[in-house]
Amino acid sequence: MAPEKVVLGLDTFGDLPKNSDGELMTYAQALRQVVKEAVLADELGVDIITLGEHHRDEFAISSPETVLAAIATQTNQIQLGSGVTVLSSDDPVRVFERFSTVDAVSNGRAQVILGRGSFTESFPLFGYDLGDYDALFEEKIALFSKLLEEKPFDWQGELTQSLKQANVFPKTESGHLDTWVGVGGSPESIVRAAHFGFPVILAIIGGDPVRFKPYVELYERAAQQFGMPTHPLGMHSHGFIADTQEAAVEMAWENIKLAFDKIGVTRGWAPMSREHFEHEITSGSMYVGTPEVVAQRMAKAIKTLGVGRFDLVYGAGEQPASARERMITLYATEVIPRVRELLAED
Amino acid sequence: MAIQTVGIFGAGKVGIVLAQLALKAGYEVLIAGSGPVEKIALTVEVLAPGAKAVTAAEAGAQSDLVILALPLSKYETIDRSGLDGKLVLDAMNYWWEVDGIRTDLTNLLQSSSELVQRFLPNSHVVKAFNHMGYHDLFDESVPQGTLKRKALALAGDDDDDITIVRSFINDLGFDSLFIGPLANGIMLEPGSEVFGANVTLPELQAMIARFAQSPRGQEIQLARENAAL
Repeated sequence: MAPEKVVLGLDTFGDLPKNSDGELMTYAQALRQVVKEAVLADELGVDIITLGEHHRDEFAISSPETVLAAIATQTNQIQLGSGVTVLSSDDPVRVFERFSTVDAVSNGRAQVILGRGSFTESFPLFGYDLGDYDALFEEKIALFSKLLEEKPFDWQGELTQSLKQANVFPKTESGHLDTWVGVGGSPESIVRAAHFGFPVILAIIGGDPVRFKPYVELYERAAQQFGMPTHPLGMHSHGFIADTQEAAVEMAWENIKLAFDKIGVTRGWAPMSREHFEHEITSGSMYVGTPEVVAQRMAKAIKTLGVGRFDLVYGAGEQPASARERMITLYATEVIPRVRELLAED
Repeated sequence: MAIQTVGIFGAGKVGIVLAQLALKAGYEVLIAGSGPVEKIALTVEVLAPGAKAVTAAEAGAQSDLVILALPLSKYETIDRSGLDGKLVLDAMNYWWEVDGIRTDLTNLLQSSSELVQRFLPNSHVVKAFNHMGYHDLFDESVPQGTLKRKALALAGDDDDDITIVRSFINDLGFDSLFIGPLANGIMLEPGSEVFGANVTLPELQAMIARFAQSPRGQEIQLARENAAL
């Protein structure tokens, strides 16, 4: 893919940052902080910002599209995505309505990334059975794919509603709501996304990204088999950028560890060791350091996997808001141009 | 018994990585998914070239060793037909986010591998390959003798089985640590220090040695004392 065409974005879950007094922000403040950061990213030319949906106490964003609507009215060019919308525990009709609304107020900049979600607090919260985890996603993605045609349709639901000549509004101006599928590494999810012709973004959160190279082939071969179009794949990984290597590494170690360990407690895995962290930032899936270091590693991953999109996850843990803003500035003004330069080299 | 053919139940993240490692080590590999063979054929062809997608019955009947790599909550759906007398490695873990809330799978009085053994009474169940993350399994597999080689723990009731499985773990690129009978497999389950650990043999030994004093170890001990009352 041409270097200038590669999409370079940001992604956040809305972790609660610290304010200038070192105190943790409230949920409301954290949400206004994300809006402020998105405006900054827009001004500096970042291609896309995506917001994850979570229902846990460390994250402020449970309703990404509401935040995206707020961002839409204060920005001009940046694309506005969810990363991901937990479709299994949502109503596909409402998801379409909400995102086609964001698409309208943003002049066509909305993007929905559908996923099963790696967290599942939303299931009991919205009255779904975790045991139906897979079946819910399978049926709802099929329904969503019908909704995307933006024409009246019939639907016979098992875990979803049945519909007769349902017509859903608002329609988009372009006639197509930009829709991706977020995949965490399950081959079955790749094949399913290919079946519906959706582009795929891979969540690569640990280990050497080269491991995912065969997934690109799997996606392409599956799409071919189903007679569906293929799209360049995307990837999403955690990172942190600062002016010096040491500052970046220490801030990331403290905060990414905090975020991962907190999740680890509920899943029963051990706290992150320094050795593991060093492995991830040297040859694994965390992009941490000066703009040059991060740009080199991102360009390498993009080339190795042949992806057309890289969303860098920012804000993990309890980083000061000022450090997050500085990271966004460095990402937009130094990392992005340098990645494009490196991609153009061969 | 020489292991030549490895059957893997589960074509997800863990199953595919274990297939890749077994192929690299020169084994014949058969993979069975939960649905029809066609559903996983392309996945197997692309992600684990050289392995064969088959039905669970075929994988069971034609393999010398079978690895269970499906969601633990599905263990009662396993096709047992070919598993009598077979060596079966249990790589499964309770993962509530996929398995749902299942109190039977989090019983502190027994390891989940004991449940699996009860479901497969005529098979030789050994707990192995469950505690290291699948991407670490992929990244860390190295030949014997490599400096700082990582180690995997295993638990099982039969000495001959253990010898075979340790040699298999070595072939797949890891040192091994035997931690005792299948009941001890609880020391490798989610919530333990070992779960998710990607460490060398001495570090793994130290973790196992301090398990009884760990919060998880204490919790299990307390539950067992209360149950005995």
